[in-house]
Amino acid sequence: MMRVFLKEFMGSLHSLVAYIAIVVFLVGVGLPMWVFPETSVLDYGYADLSALFNTAPYLLMLLAPALTMRSFAEEKRNGTLELLFTRPLTDVQIILGKFLAAWMVVLVALVPTVIWYFSISYLGNPQGNLDTPGIIGSYIGLMLLAGLFISLGILASALSTSQVLAFLIGAVVCFLLYYGLDAVADLATEVLKVAFQRADGILLKQLGALYHYDALGKGLLDSRDLVYFISLTALNLFVTSIVTSSRKW
Amino acid sequence: MKLSALTSTFAPMSIEVRNLSKYYGDKPAVDRISFSVRKGEVAGFLGPNGAGKSTTMKIITTYLEGSEGEVFVAGKEVTAESAWVKNQIGYLPEQNPLYTDLYVHEYLEYSGSLYGLGGRQLRERVGEMVERCGLTREQNKKIEELSRGYRQRVGLAQALLHNPPILILDEPTSGLDPNQLTEIRQLIREVSADKTVLFSTHIMQEVEAICDRVIVINAGKIVADDSLSNLLGQKGSLLVAQFGVTIDPELFYDIPGLLACEVGPDNTILFKAESVDLRPAIFKRVADRQLPLLSLDKKENSMEEVFRALTTLNTNPSAS
Repeated sequence: MMRVFLKEFMGSLHSLVAYIAIVVFLVGVGLPMWVFPETSVLDYGYADLSALFNTAPYLLMLLAPALTMRSFAEEKRNGTLELLFTRPLTDVQIILGKFLAAWMVVLVALVPTVIWYFSISYLGNPQGNLDTPGIIGSYIGLMLLAGLFISLGILASALSTSQVLAFLIGAVVCFLLYYGLDAVADLATEVLKVAFQRADGILLKQLGALYHYDALGKGLLDSRDLVYFISLTALNLFVTSIVTSSRKW
Repeated sequence: MKLSALTSTFAPMSIEVRNLSKYYGDKPAVDRISFSVRKGEVAGFLGPNGAGKSTTMKIITTYLEGSEGEVFVAGKEVTAESAWVKNQIGYLPEQNPLYTDLYVHEYLEYSGSLYGLGGRQLRERVGEMVERCGLTREQNKKIEELSRGYRQRVGLAQALLHNPPILILDEPTSGLDPNQLTEIRQLIREVSADKTVLFSTHIMQEVEAICDRVIVINAGKIVADDSLSNLLGQKGSLLVAQFGVTIDPELFYDIPGLLACEVGPDNTILFKAESVDLRPAIFKRVADRQLPLLSLDKKENSMEEVFRALTTLNTNPSAS
């Protein structure tokens, strides 16, 4: 697994894709954070990183599938997957190696934003007046969310033979899981409340990633949220292993 | 696992396929085939495109699983002991897939590391393979810059890297020019000295150049499995006699051992015999009748003819 991880990770560092993805991500979160007048923290009045944590998931749902779209689709197309699967490795090792490599790239992209924490902390009045636990929670949420998106991207790549298709499927599914379910849940909550006087909408909302991401962003590391992310990521990787072993049927 | 442990493993049959079938949907790609390859043997796996060669090889290398039947590599069942089996096999898939964005030595090091090689041992093996496969001058190039012949060498080098006792090569020479073809064949011959090799092709000369033994597969079934000499000999011999004038073939009908006798172009007559050499009898007859014989040639059965005969007769699946 480590071999596959290293090769994939070094491979991303050797190719432009990872750098472009990282730059796009940093510019994408940097602009609303510091530049756009509506959202810029400088005009905002509150010393926090909410602009970063609100924008990052939407960039991640593009970044993650962009990093994973090649993982299986490209190898299938080139036939190198056949080489990989005939090496003394299990499918799970290969999948985990690829997953960790893409995740690591995202984590690398997140690292520079840590500086912003110190900037904001310095700019705050009084200095250092910042919701540190909330920010740590948000970072943990962001990392878990990135893992979830990457596992979805890998699954999409395993399912398709073209990178473009893998990217599109990955991005759309990430969006639906993050925002789509949440929006539908809000609608359903309204309908249930008005028409049936029931409050079951929250169950649907809890299926979405946004609910759990927000919960972690409050600085409260609730095991339910952690379990949500970890189990869903594991499920995606497990389904990916079923997809890859389906070649044998 | 240590390399020495891998290579010293004794097994009478390196590859054994028993009643193997593979269905894609309802259609059998491989239909109850059985064959075995002894240790140290170089077996050619011959068949037209789509006959089931690649499917069979993919099952042996554990990439696919058979629908029915069993496959043993060095005595162990491939699906049950896949990790062990994978270590025994060096595999060059069809089309020779490579990571074209890697450098040659980088790719080989990665390949080797997946077999658990590391450190000095890995570097030594890579250096050895680079030299043996004639890649010394190309090792610092990216694979995408290499010509097809050199890519094929890289493909062979990665298959040999962990010194596997068994080599499975799926059409290793397809798409090469005649010079490259000769070089790669030479390389395969060299490396096959101490290895069991199963290699597929649809080029007949290759089988004649490299193999001890031929397994012919057609429409998912094995239609011949024999040594090269037997296979070439079994179809009988063919003689062509040219005369100065037109000769009635009936003159030869009573020669013992003659199977068929027909008129060819340019006053020739073709004689088909089972296994006897008809030449003395024909000469005697010609001398007795004072016929103007210009030449009498023995036509060797070429592998190509044998292949055509074997693979065109049974193309209708319902025939068997």
